[in-house]
This record gives sequence, C-alpha cells and structure tokens, in this order.
Amino acid sequence: MAKSSARQERSRVNEDGLLTLLQVSLNPVKGLQEMLGNDFMRYAFMAGTSMAVLGGLVGYFVVLRRLAFAGEALSHVAFAAALGAVLLGFEPLAGMFVITVAVALGMGSFADQARSNDIAVGTVLTWVLGVGALFLSIYTSSASGGNNGQIGVNVLFGSILGVQLQQAQEAVGIGLVALVVLLLIIRPLLFATLDPTVAQVRGVPVRLVGIAFIGLVAVTVTEAVQVVGALLVLALLVMPAATAQRWTSRPFIALVLSAALAVILTWSGLILGYYKPYPVSFFITTLAFGSYAGTLGVQYAWSRWSRRPAGHVQIAGP
Amino acid sequence: MQASWNPLTDLQLLFQYHFMHNAFLAGTIVAVVAGAVGYYMVLRAQTFAGHALAHVGFAGAAGALLFGLSPVVGLLVVGIGAAVGMGMLGDRNGSGDAADGVAIAAVFTFAIGIGLLFLQLYPGQAENAYSILFGAVLGITDTDVETIAAAGIATLIALTVMARPLLFASLDPEVAMARGIPVRALSIGFLVLLAFAVAQSVQVVGILLIFALLVTPAATAQRLASRPPVAIALSIALALLFTWLGIAVAYFAPYSVVGFYVTTIAFLTYAVVVLLTSERVERAWQSRAHARSAAA
Repeated sequence: MAKSSARQERSRVNEDGLLTLLQVSLNPVKGLQEMLGNDFMRYAFMAGTSMAVLGGLVGYFVVLRRLAFAGEALSHVAFAAALGAVLLGFEPLAGMFVITVAVALGMGSFADQARSNDIAVGTVLTWVLGVGALFLSIYTSSASGGNNGQIGVNVLFGSILGVQLQQAQEAVGIGLVALVVLLLIIRPLLFATLDPTVAQVRGVPVRLVGIAFIGLVAVTVTEAVQVVGALLVLALLVMPAATAQRWTSRPFIALVLSAALAVILTWSGLILGYYKPYPVSFFITTLAFGSYAGTLGVQYAWSRWSRRPAGHVQIAGP
Repeated sequence: MQASWNPLTDLQLLFQYHFMHNAFLAGTIVAVVAGAVGYYMVLRAQTFAGHALAHVGFAGAAGALLFGLSPVVGLLVVGIGAAVGMGMLGDRNGSGDAADGVAIAAVFTFAIGIGLLFLQLYPGQAENAYSILFGAVLGITDTDVETIAAAGIATLIALTVMARPLLFASLDPEVAMARGIPVRALSIGFLVLLAFAVAQSVQVVGILLIFALLVTPAATAQRLASRPPVAIALSIALALLFTWLGIAVAYFAPYSVVGFYVTTIAFLTYAVVVLLTSERVERAWQSRAHARSAAA
C-alpha cells in the first residue's frame, strides 16, 4: 500500500534527518523540490492547505459565535461516523462527511433551545464516543481489521502523511465548495453573528444562516479530522482565529489573517513532520498553541510597557 | 460469557473472577466521587473545564507510561497543574467566558498533541492510547484499586470540608465574596478536586467517556431534585447504577466495551428524564389530574 511505502520513505528520510535539514537550510529550493518530489507530501499539502484555508475562515465565526464546544462535539461525531463507515465497508471520508453534516444540521435546527446547553451537548457527545468505542472494538476484533487498530489512531490523531491522491482531490473539492458557500453567505453571516436582533429586523434569515453555518462547521471538521485528527480539530478551528482576533478587530482583515495563519501552521507542521520522526499533528498543535500563547504574552508585555490598562486590545465582537 | 437469566447464578458468574472484583471496587469508588464532584461541576457550569481537564490528563497518562510510572500518578500531577493554571487564568468566579473557552481549548489541544508525542515515543502506541482514551476497567490491578481508593477517600473528605462554602460560592459568588468566603481559592480548590476525580475515572471509563459519570448523573439528578443534598445523593446513586450496570452488561455481552454500555445507559436515562420532566409532559399530567378530579 502507498501508506506503508510513505512510512518507509519517511523513515529513510529520518535516518539522515539532520543532514537533510542542513541541506534544506543551505539550499531551500532544492530541499523543497526533494520534499515535493514525494507523492505523499504533495497530497498532504493539497489536503492540508484546503483544510487550513477553510478552517481559518470558518474558525473566525466559530470563535465569535462561541461554538468551540459544538465543534468539539462534531469532531467526536466524526470519529464515530468514520469507524462506523469502515465497519460497514464504506469509504471513511464519505461516511464521516454525510453523518457529521446530518448531525450538525440537526444540532442547528435545535439551536435556539440548545444555545449554551453544554450539558445536552456533553451528554450526546459522550454517548457518540461510546458508540465509536464499540465500533472500534468490533472492527479490531474482526478478521479484516487486525493491524492493531491503527485506523482508530488515525482518525483520533490524524493521518495527513497517509492521504491518497483520491482523498486529496476529494478534500480539495469539498473545500472549494464549502469556501464558495461561505463566501456567498459571509456578509449576512457576519451581520447575524455580530448583532442577531438587528439583523433579524433588517430581514436577514438569521436562523437559516445559522443552520447553514453549522453545516459548514461540520464540513470543516471532517476535513480537519484527516489533517490533525478528531481530538485536535480545535487546534486548526479555533487557535488561528483566536490569535487573529487578538491582533485586529476589523472582521475582514481578521478573516484573512486567520486563514493565512492556519495555512502557515499547517505547512510548518508538514515540513517539520517530514524531516523529524514525530507526528505532524503534534507539530501543528504545538505551533498553534505557541502562536496563541505568544500573542497573549506579547500583548500583555506591551500593555504593561505602555502603561495602558490591560486588555485594551479588544476581541472583535459583541 | 453467557447469561443464564437466573439472577443468582448470574451474580455468581459475575463475581467469579478476581478482575471483576477489582472492576466493581474501582467502579464503585469512582462512581461515588464522580457523582458528588459532578454535581458541583454542573452547578458551576464548568463542563468544558472538566472536558479539558480530562484531555489534559491524556498527556499525563501517556507521559507516565513513557517514564514507567502508573498512569494515575501522571494524571494526578498534570491534572492538578492544569487545574491550578486554569483557575489562576480564569476570571473571578472561575466560569469561562468566550476568551476563557479559547484559552481552555488552547491548553487542552496542546496537551493532547504532547500526549500524542509521548505515545509515539513509547512502543505499542495503539493499545495504550485506547486504554487511556476509552478505559480499561477489566484490567485494573490490586495496586490500582488501592491508589484509586486512597485518592477517592481524600477527594471525598476534601469535598465534604468545602461542601457548604462551595455551594454558596457557586450559587451566588458576589454575596459569598461579600460575606468573606474565599471564592477564588474555592474555585481553584474545586478544579483540583475535579482533576482528582478525572484521574480516578480514567481507568474505568477513559478520558473520552468521563462525561458519562461526571455530567450525566448530576444533570439528571438536578432535573429530578432541587434540594442540593437530595440531588447529590441522587447523582451518586445514578453514577453507581450506570457503572454497575455497564460493567455487568459488558461482562455478558459479546463486546466487552464497558465505556459503550456505561455511556449508552447514562444517555438513555438522561433522555427519558428530560422527556418526562419537559413542560409539555408535565402540563399533560396536570390537565389529566384536573380532569380526573373534576370527574370525581
């Protein structure tokens, strides 16, 4: 399988990791050529970039609408859905996509009652995970699913370096469609997010926009599960947007900044993961945390230094 | 294992093996602690914090495996560190606003990333990851039971000591503060207790399924009883019921995934209670009672 050859490829690179790294620092173009000469790295960059752009943009609204916990819940749904699809012999990505979007639309329709209802979300989320655990157990104990349950680990922690051409193409296609939908609803969405009451009065279909948006979150989550895994989705869904909102309060600049940051984080994670023997997801989450914590630190130091009251850099939003 | 549908024989079958004794002992202690601590967690609306503490614990357990320690030790150390950190970063009364939610998400995704690194460094990652994430109640050793019992008793004593001021501080932080109750210290102390409860529960239900014992029994109890002592007792009873039933069903069922059965029983109970206590149903009951009294 291409995946195992990709792993061999990686371990070959790891043997002379330091040397390769030195060569890269001496001749970046050659290093880049060498890295992108591998199919699995090209596919990883394709899938990772489309996900990062989408995650950065959608994440901005997730933070503003305080949907971080809902995004977390959807990532857990995606975990159970992926394993369920594998168990029934479907493509994991397709199963994950269909079920997660369906659950998201259901959540969106109940949004009014479910707003800030962490307990209901948490209870459903835990149960869905329990179902996922059952699927995992059935799958790993079945004849076809030996392999030490690697599939579950892949879904939980991501498997970006094992992405195949078809999956990468699907990721780019889904990403583009989601991006078009987001751009179509972006103005009413922003209006409905910042001031739902006024938006409603002005004739913006607030409820419909909200449901469409939670559907977009589901699409983003399924893409992110491939890149960083179900447990680490928030690293690409929330961190870049939260960091961007700390630097600017103007929505469209923050959106661009958030998407750019997500892309940079993903690319850096992929490059580090290529040269070092540690998981890509680890690098992406660590860099994401570093950029957010660094931003907080710099701004705290700045506010101390300029003797302005702390917290003068406002988070955009109500 | 085949169930015989004869309750007495089944009970004998259930307690036939030593690992089942340990499973029930550990499960019982954990259920009591989680039921009691969970009540306060739901009351203080700190579900996301509990979720985050559980995820942070993943790094601790994985790190402990790497250094050859018991996962419980790693969970306790990292959990207490994260609890104190979150309590210090959080606002005055410790409940999270949007910025706090982002800060919590930042800390716990980072912690899982580190946990993943630890697992990668430690051979045999898949199975270890699963036992941390989904629990391994049927593999609990005698030493584990002793650790869980010691930690559980300590947690319960600490909770009993701070029960009344904590209740006051949770229900009305402003007035409590005016009355001289150290609200902030209580908030940090409670997060530490939560970390203790999480660390113990991980072996039974795993990090990902901890909500089934922390949130669901407490949330169900709060729907049924409004007086705190009654609600806490009910929450503990429900947590015990879920755990015992889950372990028993898993023992007899074809797939011994304790976490799945515990979460399913918990979820169904919560769903039924929500349905029965919803306003529409209550109104229907009242109107029926009215009709009956009018007829009589």
